[in-house]
Amino acid sequence: MGPRDGVSSSELRDGPSLGEEDTMRRLERTWGTPPGLWGWLTTVDHKRIGRRYIATGFVFFLVGGVLALLMRLQLAQPENTLVGPDRYNQLFSMHGTTMMFLFAVPIMEAMAVYLVPLMVGTRNIAFPRLNAFSYWVYLFGGVMIVVAFLMNTGPETGWFSYVPLAGPEYSPGKRTDFWAQMITFTEVAALAVAVEIIVTVFKMRAPGMGLNRVPLFVWSMLVTSFMVIFAMPAVMLASSFLIMDRLVSTQFFNPAEGGDPLLWQHLFWFFGHPEVYIIFLPALGMVSSIVAAMARRPVFGHVPMVLALVATAFLGFGLWVHHMFATGLPHLASGYFTAASMMIAIPSGIQIFCWIATLWDGRPQWTVPLLFVVGFVVIFVLGGLTGVMQASVPFDLQVHDSYFVVAHFHYVLIGGAVFPLFGAFYFWFPKITGRMLGERLGRWNFWLFFIGFNVAFFPMHLLGMMGMPRRVYTYPAELGWADLNLTATLGALLVAASVALFLVNVLVSLRAGRIAGPNPWNAGTLEWATASPPPSYNFAHIPVVEGLEPLWDKAGPLGMVHGLRVEEREVLLTTVLDAHPDLREPSPRSTIWPLLSALAVTVLFIGSIFTPWALVWGAVPLAVGLVGWFWPKRRHVPPEPVVES
Amino acid sequence: MRWPPAPWGRKGRVLPILVLAACSGPQSMLDPAGGQAARIGVMGWILLAGCAFVYAVVLLWLLWALARRHRWVEPGGVLPPQAGVERRLTNGLVAWVVGTVLILFAFVAASYAVDKSLTHLANREEVVVEVEGKQWWWTVRYPDDDPSRSITTANEIHLPVGVPVRVKLKAADVIHSLWIPNLHGKMDLIPGRDNELFLTADREGIFRGQCAEFCGLQHAHMALDVIVHSRAAFDAWKEAQLAPAPAPADEALARGQALFLTSACTMCHGIRGTPASASVAPDLTHLASRRSIAAGALPYNRGNLAGWIADPQRIKPGNHMPLVGVPPSDLQALVAYLDSLK
Repeated sequence: MGPRDGVSSSELRDGPSLGEEDTMRRLERTWGTPPGLWGWLTTVDHKRIGRRYIATGFVFFLVGGVLALLMRLQLAQPENTLVGPDRYNQLFSMHGTTMMFLFAVPIMEAMAVYLVPLMVGTRNIAFPRLNAFSYWVYLFGGVMIVVAFLMNTGPETGWFSYVPLAGPEYSPGKRTDFWAQMITFTEVAALAVAVEIIVTVFKMRAPGMGLNRVPLFVWSMLVTSFMVIFAMPAVMLASSFLIMDRLVSTQFFNPAEGGDPLLWQHLFWFFGHPEVYIIFLPALGMVSSIVAAMARRPVFGHVPMVLALVATAFLGFGLWVHHMFATGLPHLASGYFTAASMMIAIPSGIQIFCWIATLWDGRPQWTVPLLFVVGFVVIFVLGGLTGVMQASVPFDLQVHDSYFVVAHFHYVLIGGAVFPLFGAFYFWFPKITGRMLGERLGRWNFWLFFIGFNVAFFPMHLLGMMGMPRRVYTYPAELGWADLNLTATLGALLVAASVALFLVNVLVSLRAGRIAGPNPWNAGTLEWATASPPPSYNFAHIPVVEGLEPLWDKAGPLGMVHGLRVEEREVLLTTVLDAHPDLREPSPRSTIWPLLSALAVTVLFIGSIFTPWALVWGAVPLAVGLVGWFWPKRRHVPPEPVVES
Repeated sequence: MRWPPAPWGRKGRVLPILVLAACSGPQSMLDPAGGQAARIGVMGWILLAGCAFVYAVVLLWLLWALARRHRWVEPGGVLPPQAGVERRLTNGLVAWVVGTVLILFAFVAASYAVDKSLTHLANREEVVVEVEGKQWWWTVRYPDDDPSRSITTANEIHLPVGVPVRVKLKAADVIHSLWIPNLHGKMDLIPGRDNELFLTADREGIFRGQCAEFCGLQHAHMALDVIVHSRAAFDAWKEAQLAPAPAPADEALARGQALFLTSACTMCHGIRGTPASASVAPDLTHLASRRSIAAGALPYNRGNLAGWIADPQRIKPGNHMPLVGVPPSDLQALVAYLDSLK
């Protein structure tokens, strides 16, 4: 498969006949992004897009956190008047919306956008232009809803927007329309990434990485992506129905005209419950990566772990009614959902067992990522157990929509997703930036977060049992909720201080952090086989994988395949099951069309908040964008089979 | 089917858990005052005990795993899995899964049993109450086959002790949820649907319920009082409520009534025994017998009532009672009249 004699430069391949320096120079020229603003706007490099996706998601985390702090300050004492009901309702609606749609799901997908191509050993993500498009659509949708909020047009009916409250009669104005279109933006973005991840994992794995050698993080992202594809359409359907009820007087949810308010709840929670696992499964993958590296051995029970991920994904679609136990459903139906909801504890329990078993048999290295993993287990298991409690219909009827539930899902989502995410930041920051995050600040970051979190959220269990409902902007003094609420507010301030320390740590470490080198943790997966930060082409030669932890399984350097063109962007496609080399496939160059198409989509989506005719005239610029995007390029190089006959 | 009394239920027999001892109150699921809440309480303790056990096991094992430090590894080295240990861990995993399944099975069985016992308590009724949720207050009706013996009041449910009660739930506008934690879990009030809740209070007392489904601006101020009487006191209350509003006893009250009947108040409020018969807003026939105004936003007294009429939007911003603009001289007469509606 070496370069043939007398071929044009576009036919040049990597291999023994091309010097290492020369290969890397040519690859950098081929895969590099042009400098300056133009390069920034046109890049399709998964690392650049992943980086800005992560940064944007983190900014939304900060926004959602500030909103939460304002709520906690309002609730710090009874009958407080810091914010009124109208502002408070926007605050909690924006907090939920921001954290779920603009932070949690996107940042998990962003981590995958950055890491999955590296972990499977390829040069770019599948469909790189779609990837760029996804980021821009997400950014514009997120900016839209924040701007709307700042202009006092933020959502006001919760992140769940139950009808009829969110319908045209009880929520006049444009607030809920902005919310519904924000859904459309973020779901388009999420679906695009899901498709990219699935194709990347199935078709672009390094030779030898059969499905049995796929790292757990990659598995978790693969399963998550399938969940996205099955869950997101339900909420897009629901939000489209809602915006049609509001804009063009359809009556999907109006009981007076034969519509049904419960239809909204079924559609929303058919998405909304899997959403929790869409956030949580990637975090499990991060935990697995960190546990393996920090215990100094592969995760115990690889096969049960993968099966547990898949089982969680399937079960996750059969639980949505447990959000609706108080709507008066038939007992038989509720009984089924009780059993199904409890069953999800089995795969979660398997994973908890396997991680602890790995640490038990290994030699835990007390680094900051491991601290966050331990914090994850301590917090998440408690949240999972209160979740099991709520699967019981009678018990749920008491705690449903009370602060008990607020405590539960913050234990699950912060414990189960944000703690692993912070662990992942500490773990992969050196890969992304080339420098280590500070350990000392990291420990402060962890302990403040861990203590602050528990001080903030544990009292909420008690508040819920003492009768405090959710989503109240104030409460009377005589019910005895004041002390616990004040405690919770103090805890929230500790968490805020912790996040501030993290930001300081990032800023300091970006300039002065210890140089990381390719593999600072001596971890075993492929992303550590290349430089930190990785070059634009990821790997000078596509590695060959011979085990689950390629860098641990082989004492010497990794095997490699030769024969990919160096003057054209080209990736290696492999077979789905065994990752046998299959095809060499061109990969797109930098292009402005994804950005232009995303702008056109933005005009269409925002325009349709104000007039349904935007769907008509807005289609014109979008069509122009897509024509430019898909305009046939003159290909010097058709895809061709690797194995030449 | 009889259940033992809840171990934490009655005052003076509170579980020796300090934290929870502080949690009794008029709106707490930790202080059950009815058969339904007591059964759910039992369920809660079963779940809590099981989950505490599991949590303890996980934490202990995590601690052991972190503290064990049994294998030495050089910096950057890797510990290959050992076949014997892997086999033991696999057996442990199987046991773990079996244990999880058994505990979950026990939970599901207990949950079904409690659910079934709740169903046994249901479908028996001696008193029917219709509760309609509106933004942001509750209409409470006691229907009777004889329409003249039907009672309509607001933001207050009266119940006889020890008597099964069927609460019919309707919503006028958006979804609400009725939650009286001392008596039962919550049930949604959904436009276009009829739900119901069965309550059996087993001790007298005054409890508080609150809307638990977010319903708009004043969701926080959509509470109601639940008063559990002896049967005799309940019947007496009913008789008192059946009476029309008393006629004004003196000049001043008559002036107050005239002010009420000639102002915008009658556009929304009704007072039986007077020409005011609107039902958009709470019925005021026996306003002064109620414990609170504005759906629990303020305790009932003349001062609060005057403040409320003078500026309802300050106390409960966004609520549907407009600023009527009663001059201060008239306000006292109006409040005096309303305060006479015992």
